[in-house]
Amino acid sequence: MNKIDRRDFMKLAGLGGVVFASGLGVRALGAGRESEQLRAAKGEFYFVQLSDTHWGFDGASVNPDSQGSLKKAVAAVNSLEEQPDFVVFTGDLTHITEDAKLRRDRLAQFRDIAGSLKAKTIHFMAGEHDASLDRGDAFQELFGKLNYSFDHKGVHFVVIDNVSDPSATVGAAQLKWLQSDLSRVGKDAPLVVLTHRPLFDLYPQWDWTTRDGSAVINALMPYKNVTVFYGHIHQEHHFMTGHIAHHAAKSLMFPLPAPGTVPKRAPVPWDASAPYKGLGFRGVEADLRNARYEIAEMPISKA
Amino acid sequence: MRKTLMTTLIVYAAMGVAVCTVVCSASPKETVVKLAAKKFEFSPAEITVKKGEPVVLEINSEDVKHGFTLPDFGVRADINPGRVNRIAFTPNKAGRFTFACDVFCGGGHEDMSGTLNVTE
Repeated sequence: MNKIDRRDFMKLAGLGGVVFASGLGVRALGAGRESEQLRAAKGEFYFVQLSDTHWGFDGASVNPDSQGSLKKAVAAVNSLEEQPDFVVFTGDLTHITEDAKLRRDRLAQFRDIAGSLKAKTIHFMAGEHDASLDRGDAFQELFGKLNYSFDHKGVHFVVIDNVSDPSATVGAAQLKWLQSDLSRVGKDAPLVVLTHRPLFDLYPQWDWTTRDGSAVINALMPYKNVTVFYGHIHQEHHFMTGHIAHHAAKSLMFPLPAPGTVPKRAPVPWDASAPYKGLGFRGVEADLRNARYEIAEMPISKA
Repeated sequence: MRKTLMTTLIVYAAMGVAVCTVVCSASPKETVVKLAAKKFEFSPAEITVKKGEPVVLEINSEDVKHGFTLPDFGVRADINPGRVNRIAFTPNKAGRFTFACDVFCGGGHEDMSGTLNVTE
């Protein structure tokens, strides 16, 4: 397993690897964009990943605009010149509460805000803050299944739940489902896995792991084109397990320190000189012909 | 002298004599450390032990199910309330290492951690 930085990814792409991360921006997010029809003809599409919105969080020293950050991000996505094919929220939609009614209220408020996205299709996923205290009951009432799959323009997307079990396991039943789901897909098919926690042991000391994540990775290993997008760690992070690339997204509420760089995992305090620093969302452009994904990290302050 | 002892042990082993009794009696005695787990802290939050000496953690949960993970030594266990949960290991390196709850237990779960200080 190897940690890789943005430059390494560019080298990997140059060698015919499966992923290309660029700070220059996804075409659809900036200049030089092409029509949706033309991109479709070239085997390209793009989606937006938002993560760790923590609706309901209250902590002025960490984010004095806790009521506004999500709305700003929604406005930023809506202002994109070309709307994404879909938007995915990779968990921790709401901030933890032990009050079951308040949890439902927060999830409902979140759903209403997300409902103002222009994108026609939105995929929701749970984080441990949404689902660990009630095994995902409230989430399922409002958003549907915790794990599922869907196909989009030739890419098979698999949503894996590694949060509704408080012990952060995927579990035998879901692993069986995953293997059954994958059996319908060719070994060369482009696969994207969406999940909340890292599937590998990023930093177990901070609970940045999935206890049986290696079983998921083993199930994915026979497939040649696999990319994982996840959240949980509130920062951009890129990692390889064999040929499988894992990309963590930023939060829309507060950033967290790089793994193991400080004694305690705690939110990075708000920087008044650089509001919304460390927060953001990403656009992912799929280039199916070349089997790669171009990632553009977008700041929340652009809203 | 060393060669003589080894030869003796080999002979005893070949004879089916309990060699382990001889070897095990020479190992250092384990250190027992009691820990309490509750939302959202371990008490004490810092433990000091010696490198190479066996440790037994006796952890009691005072409220709900917690977890105990000490990844640097490959140690983890569920900490269920109503019983003493024992975890045995021998620290083989010195330094300061983080242990944490790895069973999501509520709003302060992410703060529930401590430090194992292993001295030479």
